[in-house]
Amino acid sequence: NSEIFELKAELNSDKKEKKKEAVKKVIASMTVGKDVSALFPDVVNCMQTDNLELKKLVYLYLMNYAKSQPDMAIMAVNTFVKDCEDPNPLIRALAVRTMGCIRVDKITEYLCEPLRKCLKDEDPYVRKTAAVCVAKLHDINAQLVEDQGFLDTLKDLISDSNPMVVANAVAALSEIAESHPNSNLLDLNPQTINKLLTALNECTEWGQIFILDCLANYTPRDDRESQSICERVTPRLSHANSAVVLSAVKVLMKFMEMLPKDLDYYGTLLKKLAPPLVTLLSAEPELQYVALRNINLIVQRRPEILKHEMKVFFVKYNDPIYVKLEKLDIMIRLASQANIAQVLAELKEYATEVDVDFVRKAVRAIGRCAIKVEQSAERCVSTLLDLIQTKVNYVVQEAIVVIKDIFRKYPNKYESVIATLCENLDSLDEPEARAAMIWIVGEYAERIDNADELLESFLEGFHDESTQVQLQLLTGIVKLFLKKPTETQELVQQVLSLATQDSDNPDLRDRGYIYWRLLSTDPVAAKEVVLAEKPLISEETDLIEPTLLEELICHIGTLASVYHKPPSAFVEGSRGVQHKRLPGTAGVSEAPPAVIPSQGDLLGDLLNLDLTPPTTTGPPPPTSGMQMGAMDLLGGGLDSLVMLCDPQMAAGFGAPPAVMPTSFNAPVSGGLDDLFDLGGGVGMPMGSYSPPKTVWLPAMKAKGLEISGTFARRSGVIQMEMTLTNKAMSVMTDFAIQFNRNSFGLAPAGPLQVLTPLSPNQSIEVSLPLNTVGPVMKMEPLNNLQLAFFIYLFFFGFGLYKFNCPNMASY
Amino acid sequence: MSASAVFVLDLKGKVLICRNYKGDVDMAEIDHFMPLLMQHEEEGLICPVISHGNVHFLWIKHSNLYLVAMTNKNSNASLVYSFLYKLVEVFTEYFKELEEESIQDNFVVVYELLDELMDFGFPQTTDSKILQEYITQEGAKLEVAKSKVPTTVTNAVSWRSEGIKYKKNEVFIDVIESINVLVNANGSVMSSDIVGSIKLKTMLSGMPELRLGLNDRVLFALTGRDKGKTVVMEDVKFHQCVRLSRFESDRTISFIPPDGESELMSYRINTHVKPLIWIESVIEKFSHSRVEIMVKAKGQFKKQSVANNVEVRVPVPSDADSPKFKTSTGHAKYVPEKNLVVWTIKSFPGGKEFLMRAHFGLPSVENDELEGKPPITVKFEIPYFTVSGIQVRYMKIIEKSGYQALPWVRYITQSGDYQLRTNV
Repeated sequence: NSEIFELKAELNSDKKEKKKEAVKKVIASMTVGKDVSALFPDVVNCMQTDNLELKKLVYLYLMNYAKSQPDMAIMAVNTFVKDCEDPNPLIRALAVRTMGCIRVDKITEYLCEPLRKCLKDEDPYVRKTAAVCVAKLHDINAQLVEDQGFLDTLKDLISDSNPMVVANAVAALSEIAESHPNSNLLDLNPQTINKLLTALNECTEWGQIFILDCLANYTPRDDRESQSICERVTPRLSHANSAVVLSAVKVLMKFMEMLPKDLDYYGTLLKKLAPPLVTLLSAEPELQYVALRNINLIVQRRPEILKHEMKVFFVKYNDPIYVKLEKLDIMIRLASQANIAQVLAELKEYATEVDVDFVRKAVRAIGRCAIKVEQSAERCVSTLLDLIQTKVNYVVQEAIVVIKDIFRKYPNKYESVIATLCENLDSLDEPEARAAMIWIVGEYAERIDNADELLESFLEGFHDESTQVQLQLLTGIVKLFLKKPTETQELVQQVLSLATQDSDNPDLRDRGYIYWRLLSTDPVAAKEVVLAEKPLISEETDLIEPTLLEELICHIGTLASVYHKPPSAFVEGSRGVQHKRLPGTAGVSEAPPAVIPSQGDLLGDLLNLDLTPPTTTGPPPPTSGMQMGAMDLLGGGLDSLVMLCDPQMAAGFGAPPAVMPTSFNAPVSGGLDDLFDLGGGVGMPMGSYSPPKTVWLPAMKAKGLEISGTFARRSGVIQMEMTLTNKAMSVMTDFAIQFNRNSFGLAPAGPLQVLTPLSPNQSIEVSLPLNTVGPVMKMEPLNNLQLAFFIYLFFFGFGLYKFNCPNMASY
Repeated sequence: MSASAVFVLDLKGKVLICRNYKGDVDMAEIDHFMPLLMQHEEEGLICPVISHGNVHFLWIKHSNLYLVAMTNKNSNASLVYSFLYKLVEVFTEYFKELEEESIQDNFVVVYELLDELMDFGFPQTTDSKILQEYITQEGAKLEVAKSKVPTTVTNAVSWRSEGIKYKKNEVFIDVIESINVLVNANGSVMSSDIVGSIKLKTMLSGMPELRLGLNDRVLFALTGRDKGKTVVMEDVKFHQCVRLSRFESDRTISFIPPDGESELMSYRINTHVKPLIWIESVIEKFSHSRVEIMVKAKGQFKKQSVANNVEVRVPVPSDADSPKFKTSTGHAKYVPEKNLVVWTIKSFPGGKEFLMRAHFGLPSVENDELEGKPPITVKFEIPYFTVSGIQVRYMKIIEKSGYQALPWVRYITQSGDYQLRTNV
């Protein structure tokens, strides 16, 4: 404390030089983390000085300690007010800049007048600083800023003659708008857009980024405006600063959505995007990383842009690991028949490297190539077998995981390798690899002589296995039993009892009970369910969900694009903020097929279940529906199954244990959850897969109404997703739907919402939430569902059409 | 928008200096940075973005420092990294070396710069030449009257001040092409490209207007010329002084140059280039006994040209010992700390072929640590020559005072990322 005392004396010295040295010492102490707040009044006393360096130091001190000494901070107000009128613009700007950083509520109102003057200052350096100060003040006291009319002044600065002032005003407005999404601050119109585009050519690299990021929030009125903005933004692709380039790419990727695909300019723009994206890969590694994460998105949205650029993503020895992993991911996305040989050669090279994570990903990549490029599957499998021969433990496990996927994609094609896989059974210690191996054995049980022995060997340590392995073992053994019932009764009894009686895991218990009932009541139905033909997997499983992808494209260059998560998933206080969307194309029918229109925020909701309250038209809260479904399984609703549950009919089985009904009651995620998961099997992220839509009702059969559809589970709710296309000559209205009795008691959870009349040649996407409280009737086949559809057609009047949705349980 | 705060940390994670720009994140959050970074390093999953709860750290490393930007918003990540690299550039121009000592010795200037470079998370003036006009290390000597904002800061021409004077007006143009090559172990070229850079040293008075003419194929096609060799530039990047819209519309490179040294433009050319120095290698590893290395280097460029300061770097196992070398020219040296043999050839004429043999002993007890497969890398420079054939056709210099100025041009080709994978 003698030090503080000494400093105090020096600060109050008469000699200017000594004073300044003392303030420097204070700042030095502050820098190394010492608390020098006790000197507040003494330092503030030095504020009134004509020495610029001293003034800066005092200001710095103020910014650091004002918050902890709010009462004394008022002492500084006078000097600020005075400095804002200093003849030297550097001092005026310094004062207004520092003022805004003193985050003390009490003094903010004193700062309004000086700020107002500085916003109108003759010197652009002062104005550009004042513009930012408005954002600072807004952060401390938004109401005050609005009452004082600063927001309007800020908007006026967008028309300022000086480009740097424009850029900072845009930045400040964007910042305020982002924290107040409903403020409608940035009501961009063609006039302001034009001003921004003019300033774009003249301001600094950073200013260009502010402007481009702001432009990206604008939705052009039509394709012509869209094109003209694109034309004025493309020159930015030649800027040396990578961040300018990425922000320009964001604007172009977004506005491109509005251009008709047959427009020459659309093609030109696509061609212009590739070279700058490739050049980003010569930037510093961290910038390369951001670029690669974004290229990953761009490649998914517009694969044509970089389809010829495979080789620039080849991994170099000295690339940092995060760059290597990203390049690998993009290589797979770009893999095609044309370049697959080259890609595989590279992947094989990488798989013999030493970096474990990289090697694993390389092995996995080989599997993904096999799934993506059918012609290469054979070569991929043989490459994987070569790698298994290396006996490097993690390589073997990774290879088995991907071979399982290859089996899923090409059933009955590569079983010859199973023998080799089985040789490595003992070395598998990772759950994913064990589960994959069990799946393979169960799936091909009829061709593996000792399948029962292999599966039994896993059963010993059943309770020590992870859930993933337990579930798989349960399903695997049931499959085995259905294929070879005579020798494996004991085994299946054993696994059923392990799963239902000795396990605390509700999913495992539920699945166990369902199998048990199925097997004991109707083995034929069991066969149909458990051994149902599975939908083929495709590379789509690792594509980003289309609505999320759209949102991420709107956030190119930002953290969201790096994390591949919507901002609402990681920014506090962004709840309820509207998710950004790409603008639509001119005609509805031109929308890219991969995108699911409407349902805007599904994925956002998936990631952040508590974000938005369910809207009236949205799906009902998932729990109630499922709970009822689960109860229904027990109650009279499921009469057919319950009736079949007569113990005497249980051929060769002991009746399910008496505890069963209570267990059935317990879990909220009811049996139906598992039923729907049965066929899905391994490796499928829960709920993210839905088979592509198929035509349920061809137009010919329904006076021009074509219905194609699929089932999906989103946010835990089963949804029937349909595309209704009017192929008739007249308008269709009054849609309604009815479900006939079906095996699962599926029924709509609400009315079919088709708000607009459907004009000729128009398509509409409808999503219908379902529950399972409807009447149950066993169907043949089990997963058949009959729907009745009503429409009203001009000229034809009402129509009623019945049709079947095949294979609804197959996902 | 970008950063809530910026920190400069030492290697242990101690804060050397910091600036809180927005006051929306607790500054103590930075204490989580180093433990998380170390954890990631241990897991082998190092990443330029680290998050802790709602706080995200975007960081780069420079010599013995970490520069970290902290945010709790959906920041523009590419802007943040560009800005952090800009910080390095500005500090380096101010202090020659940016390292722990220079930060500590100059903390007053560092604070002033941090205040000027960014405001409320928005990068502002970052041109160090302009900054040096009003933020100086000898601040004490400045009279108040002199310390004014140069109008340059807010001018449309924010990179050049008015009133610059030279007795002799000259501009030096360096055209430097770097060759990037990746060759597979079986000798096929996986990828190759040329990254060119045109650097200026401008010593011109006043506010000169410059126009640079290159033998750019697109330009020639636009103007209907088709004489002589032209070059197709796949992608071009310009210093902010170049009028981009002008280039976009008629391929004219016109600009008011920054004073002194600057990189005017860079370009990338995709054409398949023959690797200028071709390497064939045979590396045989006899476990527990020895490694035999044979490297042949061949100059695949014009006989009249000479490559200077050629270095062929051949990886050897980390446990190799007792090196023996034999070279047909130049000399070979073992660099144990990098596990490399460096074969240096001062002057390597085009068309020539040289040979190097090396022999290493290996310990009888094998190193059980797995080693990667580093490639052979090559360094060289070939003066008076560009691989792409790019040429400066003219540099027009117009200043309202009407002085005559001389442009000087120099060409050089050098190795960039030049890697040849090996079998071992």
